[in-house]
Amino acid sequence: MNLARTTRLLGREVAAVAVTFLGLLLVTFFIGRVVPIDPVLAAVGDRAPAEVYERVKVELGLHLPLHEQFWIYLRKVAAGDLGQSVLTSNPVLVDIGRVFPATLELATLGTIIGVSLGVPAGVLAAVHRGTWIDQAVRVVGLFGFSVPVFWLGLVGLLVFYRVLGVVGGPGRLGVAFDDIVDPITGVILLDAALRGEWEVFRNAFSHLILPASVLGYFSLAYVSRMTRSFMLEQLRQEYVTTARVKGLPERRVVWRHALGNAMVPLITVIALSYANLLEGSVLTETVFAWPGLGRYITNSLLNADMNAVLGGTLVVGAVFIGLNMLADILYRLVDPRAR
Amino acid sequence: MRFMTAAAIGLLAASTFLAPAAAPAQTPRDTVVMAKAIDDIISLDPAEAFEFSGVEAVANIYDKLINVDPKDPNKLVPELAESWSVAADGVTFTFRIRSGAKFHSGNPLTAHDAAYSLQRAVTINKSPGFILTQFGLNKDNAAQRIRATDDATLVVEVGKPFAPTFFYYCLTAAVASVVDSKVVKANEKDGDWGNAWLKQNSAGSGAYSLRTWRANEQYALEANPNWMKGAPKNRRVVVRHVPEPASQRLQLEKGDIDFARNLSKDQIAAVRNDPNIVVESSRKGYILYLGLNQRNQNLARPEVREALKWLVDYEGLEKNLLDGVYVQHQSFLPQGFPGAIEDKPYRLDVAKAKELLAKAGLPNGFSVTMDVRTTAPIADVAQALQATWAQAGIRLELLPGDGRQTLTKYRARNHDIFIGSWGPDYFDPHTNAQTFGMNEDNGDNAASKTLAWRNAWNIPEMTKAISGAVLERDPAKRVATYEATQREHQKVSPFVIMFQQIEVAARRRNANGFALGIMSDMNSFAAITKN
Repeated sequence: MNLARTTRLLGREVAAVAVTFLGLLLVTFFIGRVVPIDPVLAAVGDRAPAEVYERVKVELGLHLPLHEQFWIYLRKVAAGDLGQSVLTSNPVLVDIGRVFPATLELATLGTIIGVSLGVPAGVLAAVHRGTWIDQAVRVVGLFGFSVPVFWLGLVGLLVFYRVLGVVGGPGRLGVAFDDIVDPITGVILLDAALRGEWEVFRNAFSHLILPASVLGYFSLAYVSRMTRSFMLEQLRQEYVTTARVKGLPERRVVWRHALGNAMVPLITVIALSYANLLEGSVLTETVFAWPGLGRYITNSLLNADMNAVLGGTLVVGAVFIGLNMLADILYRLVDPRAR
Repeated sequence: MRFMTAAAIGLLAASTFLAPAAAPAQTPRDTVVMAKAIDDIISLDPAEAFEFSGVEAVANIYDKLINVDPKDPNKLVPELAESWSVAADGVTFTFRIRSGAKFHSGNPLTAHDAAYSLQRAVTINKSPGFILTQFGLNKDNAAQRIRATDDATLVVEVGKPFAPTFFYYCLTAAVASVVDSKVVKANEKDGDWGNAWLKQNSAGSGAYSLRTWRANEQYALEANPNWMKGAPKNRRVVVRHVPEPASQRLQLEKGDIDFARNLSKDQIAAVRNDPNIVVESSRKGYILYLGLNQRNQNLARPEVREALKWLVDYEGLEKNLLDGVYVQHQSFLPQGFPGAIEDKPYRLDVAKAKELLAKAGLPNGFSVTMDVRTTAPIADVAQALQATWAQAGIRLELLPGDGRQTLTKYRARNHDIFIGSWGPDYFDPHTNAQTFGMNEDNGDNAASKTLAWRNAWNIPEMTKAISGAVLERDPAKRVATYEATQREHQKVSPFVIMFQQIEVAARRRNANGFALGIMSDMNSFAAITKN
């Protein structure tokens, strides 16, 4: 009985995911075909003679009707083949296997920074509502919302890299540290640690910390605003008053009881902000010469390299769906009512 | 509060942990590091590479039969071929291959490799393939017309008695590089002549071998100690993809890179004041021009075409927008090419332009659009033109777009005016003469879609004159034809040719010896030293 129900639920979940992916692919595919960019150009360049152009067009299957092209693509994807990128000449899976870990590394550290500073800042702002602390948190947050990431990245480089020299420059590693560590996961920090190459680890970290802080700052701005409003909501509740009347120390009331409850909606917020960063941040990746997913998808789109764009879209979709599921699970762990 | 304290301690710990790691901001002495936008590279196969960065890499990995003298581009110098000649029939070319040359693999380089390489380029016929197939070579006759008669002799029979200089200059293009036939054959897959493998690997005899290649990230070259011209002066060259010029500048100032290749005009001006940085520049073959679509009734009038040539503030643009990155130039062959002319008949003259417009029956001007890619300095030039043209009553609407987008429209002849740059495909006057001055079939399904075709400019006579020049066996007469054609072209063509590009490479003071040439495949890393 219970098993049947679980199976049914699971089946429904899988079907929903499949439909989501299909819709995602469909929309991306057709957007890619309506944009006024000639995909053959990406493959042969502007100067190819007409015969080469025609031949490549056929090779890429672009002479077929749209629905046929889509059908062929779907069949390939079902077989686990995302096709080849025209720009890099690699299978899209290989490309993604390289760019996604770069983004993962950046987004994860960015989120850790954003959450570990944003949540306490939001709590403090709520507790000291209307005081200078609240104002300060607000100003920091507003700044984060309004400053272009591009500018912040360049200023960050100028100050911390060029003038102070405390962090590494653009790129994932210094030239002297290239190709020392054989990739296992593609996440350099992890690989260096697994192989015990601590010099490489330090160098990679010095290159990672600044772009991650820039992303973390934007995540901080968002997370602190949300934390503040969730906390204000909780601090108004009767159980808080009860706890105070019972004589619990204020610290415990705020950080354990109120924040514990604010955590429930906050998990969704954090998951979404993490997912946003995982999509890849094109501008940050450009300033920091970071070979990540955002730049890969954007560059591919601008060249109408559709296999790469579709492959990247699938990954982004999977990330969103995966993080949503994760948030659901966490949600259930934190909130007894959802169990 | 505890969280904040913990976080602060964490950050402090992280920064102390970091400080020593970031401190040595110096590149290794024997390694040359460049920052450059290299996302244009599609392939590193010499028979396929045709973009700026790809061709530059290929030129440093492979050798050719003959090359252009870097000091005098009008002179040919031996590379793998120690001598060459053409028979009296005008179609049989013979090359004597030098003995003792070796590939990176250690295999000896023979005439058989040279024959294989040319056959290969002609047969797989990728984007630059036409540079060779235009001589009547194709996949069906390649084996018979390109052959090695012994280890040291390569014979090529072309389809017609072409001007010998035309053929020789085309052999200096990257597509005619010699590949290691044994290695390439070993990596063949499904009859692809090793193309899939060679896109990302190397099998050459040149100054460097390809050590690593990661698309949109970097490539690294390893010096070849046995290079026929002597070992390169550095051990390794690393070219990193840094798309943002401002980031390139910071890295150069910091000393983390030795060369920054894509600095903008303002950044160049700024780094000139840095005592540790030297700015090198060299004229490139790229030409900045406007293409006027002759399907537009107004633009098709000869007076309008001429009027627009008087409506460019060549001097002001050079001084204010393009200083150090472009110079004035008004003919289709770039300065430094055989047959180039210096004539600059046009300057800004609004009154004259108005007169011409009145003669064309448009005394109050007209409205027209221009497709503009939104990159510096093209977008800035377009805006300046908009202001200048308004003085003559021409209402110019700018249609911004991404590079590929504007190009797609241009290639379909759906533009009014296109602003863009054009670079020569190979080092011979025919390349630009053909694209700017030949249009064999103005129909939509033409086999040859030159720039003249893209602008629907129907010119049977000029087409004939230019196709005659490739058969002219007397080099002096041949050059004279190009000079005369350019003067005529300046007067009547729907091309407003305005500027020639200057390539700029900013370098650390201690990194000497980078050779920049007019073509990307003349840029050579081998002589770079660091002290």
